[in-house]
Amino acid sequence: MRGLQLFSMWILLAICFIAALSAPFVHRIIPKYTGAALVSAPLAMVVWLLSKIPEVGNGHAITQSFQWVEKLGLEVAFRLDGLSLLFALIISGIGALVVLYTQGYFKGHPQQGRFMMYIIAFMGSMLGVVLADHILLVFIFWELTSFTSYLLIGFNHESADARNAALQAMLVTVLGGLFLMAGLVLMGDAAGTWRLSEIVQRGHEITEHKNYLAILILVCIGAFTKSAQFPFHFWLPNAMQAPTPASAYLHSSTMVKAGVYLLARLHPALGHTEEWTLILTTIGTITFLLGAIMALGQHVLKRLLAYTTVSALGAMVMLLGIGTKYTIKAMAAFVLAHAFYKATLFMVAGGITHETGGETSIDKLGGLRKAMPISFGCALLAGLSMGGFPPFFGFVAKETWLHALGDYPLLIVATVVGGAAYVLVGFSTGWKPFMGKMPEGLHAHEVPLTMRLGPIVLGLGGLVLAVFCGPVGHALVQPAAIAIYAKELEVHLHLWPGVNIYFVISIVTLVIGTVCYLARAHFVKGAGKLSLLVRFGPDAVYQAALNGVLKFAAWHTRKLQTGILRDYIRVTVVTTVLLVGAAFVRSGGFQGWENLSPISLRVALFGILMISATFATVHSKSRLRSILSLGVVGFCMALLFTFFGAPDLAMTQLVIETLTVILLALAFYHLPTFRHGSTKRTRVIDIIISISVGVIVTLLVLAALHVQTPTPVSDYYLDHSYKDAHGRNVVNVILVDFRALDTLGEITVLTIAALGAFALLKLKPKKEGAE
Amino acid sequence: MEVVLAIVIGVLYAGGVYLMMRRNLIQLIIGLGLLSHGANLLIFTAGGLRQGGAPILAEGEKAFATTPADPLPQALILTAIVISFAVTAFALVLFLRTYKTVGTDDVDDLKEMQK
Amino acid sequence: MTSIIFRTATRYMFPPLLVFSVYVLLRGHHYPGGGFVGGLFAGSAFALYALAFSVADARKVLRADPRDVTAVGLALALLSGIPPLFSKEAFLTGTWWTLPLPAGGTLDIGTPLFFDIGVYFVVLGVLLTLVFTLGEEE
Repeated sequence: MRGLQLFSMWILLAICFIAALSAPFVHRIIPKYTGAALVSAPLAMVVWLLSKIPEVGNGHAITQSFQWVEKLGLEVAFRLDGLSLLFALIISGIGALVVLYTQGYFKGHPQQGRFMMYIIAFMGSMLGVVLADHILLVFIFWELTSFTSYLLIGFNHESADARNAALQAMLVTVLGGLFLMAGLVLMGDAAGTWRLSEIVQRGHEITEHKNYLAILILVCIGAFTKSAQFPFHFWLPNAMQAPTPASAYLHSSTMVKAGVYLLARLHPALGHTEEWTLILTTIGTITFLLGAIMALGQHVLKRLLAYTTVSALGAMVMLLGIGTKYTIKAMAAFVLAHAFYKATLFMVAGGITHETGGETSIDKLGGLRKAMPISFGCALLAGLSMGGFPPFFGFVAKETWLHALGDYPLLIVATVVGGAAYVLVGFSTGWKPFMGKMPEGLHAHEVPLTMRLGPIVLGLGGLVLAVFCGPVGHALVQPAAIAIYAKELEVHLHLWPGVNIYFVISIVTLVIGTVCYLARAHFVKGAGKLSLLVRFGPDAVYQAALNGVLKFAAWHTRKLQTGILRDYIRVTVVTTVLLVGAAFVRSGGFQGWENLSPISLRVALFGILMISATFATVHSKSRLRSILSLGVVGFCMALLFTFFGAPDLAMTQLVIETLTVILLALAFYHLPTFRHGSTKRTRVIDIIISISVGVIVTLLVLAALHVQTPTPVSDYYLDHSYKDAHGRNVVNVILVDFRALDTLGEITVLTIAALGAFALLKLKPKKEGAE
Repeated sequence: MEVVLAIVIGVLYAGGVYLMMRRNLIQLIIGLGLLSHGANLLIFTAGGLRQGGAPILAEGEKAFATTPADPLPQALILTAIVISFAVTAFALVLFLRTYKTVGTDDVDDLKEMQK
Repeated sequence: MTSIIFRTATRYMFPPLLVFSVYVLLRGHHYPGGGFVGGLFAGSAFALYALAFSVADARKVLRADPRDVTAVGLALALLSGIPPLFSKEAFLTGTWWTLPLPAGGTLDIGTPLFFDIGVYFVVLGVLLTLVFTLGEEE
């Protein structure tokens, strides 16, 4: 039992990934119960996490680790503390409901298994991010979430919009991931450890390090791209191309929160500085307001929700940026509240679209309350929680939030504006589609049980959490806040705070929001124009950059890859000559002739013979003369080998020369004589290029003579050839014993070349032009 | 000594590259042959020329009295010679097949054949 | 090419060339030679035969398909890497046994020898695959 305890975290993670991989097969065997079978993976996680609440609540973190690559200091380390617990519970809990929801949403869809695979793999990656305690492990899982979300957004890969949205999300988040990696590496370097739990205890070393600002900015870019912060927010609404279960999961409650999680996790290490507060609060506030205002102009259900998600993420970053005890508590509470209401609304939105045959605009929806009473109930509960109406958990969170901003009147104003927008959106999604008259031609019915379960649990959950907000605050929010703040604090959440200034502000927000909703038509027009303006910003920059890259790629491919062999050789050769030449110049040119041995007459004669033969080979207009000259070069090589103590090479070279002549003679039966001459201009250019290669290579050889290896590996071979390998011919011993694996590779290459040649000549297509 | 070989290597490279840029398939193959000679000689020379005899231990002796020629470049070149032969043969067959399929041995024309 | 002199010479040269190739292969561990050169010699013997007579005749003399020769060689080289695994050495580590000879004295025999024989067959097979294929092309 104790042994199992030690490994439980990564076993549960592994189960998620195994479930993901097996999803298509499970779906093939039991298509109707795929979800029911696969939900066991997240459920196991939920049960385990719930069982750990008391322990973690008391301040004990659970750590499990084992070595992975010892020499790199890489270990698989997991750690469950208050912050991880809060996020992991949200991820696996909503994950379980989403898996069931998928079962209903994709009922009868042939690709359901594939979707399940993606979404469960995504869940596993996300759990990995929040549970990992080693920086590099965090990064690996982080990238996995980008990758799996790419697959999810592009699930309908036959739609060009879906493909583009997937690519956009991928490029933005992966680009951010690169920045993040740089930041994490610098941070690990500054802290001298790769374990997150140790890094967060060395905050001072990092904030006072000379690289601190670079680390902060790099990590922030990584987190901001993932969490759709301004100016990287644009990919999130576009990602609504994903099937609803994916949106409900990735874009409301989990993936986008990875950035927020990371910032929260690193707050003890990077926070408590002016830079931190400045960057996070500014960007967070901009994103919060921008998302809220842009949401007003939307009429498509999922986009409405997407923009408010952007806004909510901005709010979390803002609260984190201020970094006081109170804002951190508020942020932890808001994360919980947001997960509940936003997932509910997404699921209901998907249900509406699903059951009305694809209707997505709230302006064309209405009167669904009779057809979909349960969805209506859930949506209303969630919508009210979102708006911050009592007695829902959204209200409780909003109260602590306002309390925390007591010293920042400007931010309170921002909160009122944003809050009013939330009320409007809450009504628009939780009230508008269900009330009034049903437009003609609209048919709808209630969603199946699997799709009802999620909204019911989460919608009612918002109410239940509020009722039990005291214990919830103590058990879940407080440990998370302590992990972020890295100091002791206490969380007391109240459903009824008593009448004070913040309560009044809260009520005022609700009233403004409700009035705005009633006057929605005007707002939509105005905000629509505004959001159109803003849309031209980063999204357009992204498009321009992407097009630019593609154009550049097309241009240089056209220039460099012409399909004419001569051009390829020219490019390769000229590049090599320039690079090597530059290296020569940088290293101070060629130096030292003193190591050279004296020139003997016979070598000089052979050298002259070889040079003349080469010229003859190049210059000859006749095939036979060319080949014979080439043969002369080869035989001279063989003789040179004998001069310098290489009888094996000499023998081999001699036989090979003979065989080459035979082979060429055989082939010449079938090939024509030289017929095609180049223009003079081409020849001149080629001659210049060839001569430059020759010069560079000559210099290279002479320079190589000065490279001294401290202990040449050959000495070992010379010493051990007879002693250990029973052979007097060291060359042969190297080939068949010391480096036998290389030789094995080489004879394999020979075999492949022969089989390739055989296939080319013997296996002919039956018909001309057939593939 | 090295200077002579270095110049020979340079000439072999220049000749090889020049022939590979010609339009006839056969010249391409011959150029390849020159280039592999050049490469083999380059490894050989760069490994250091020692006139201490072959790296073969005489009968009855247990260790080398004087340092012989370096055996490692020799082992490398030995396989390189055989492999470059196979590559030449493969190229030959490939070009033969190309010639028979598209009916030209002009490298520049092959580009037109794609269209 | 197919003159009487060439044919007759090839007929007489062929057997000694083959024997010589095996000699070069076996002496390779102590003197210049080895699987590569040996295989090349054997290959040239057959190539000469194919030139002097015909590829079909050379195939008849070889009896096996050259591709099978290659495969056998490759398999032999691979297998020679297995024995050291039993004594927990790395794959392809040279392993030696000392055999007593009937006439007195001992003979050292090791896996590198089998590896070299494998190389010999691969080189022979590859060469002949190339030569025969080109020679049979119409």
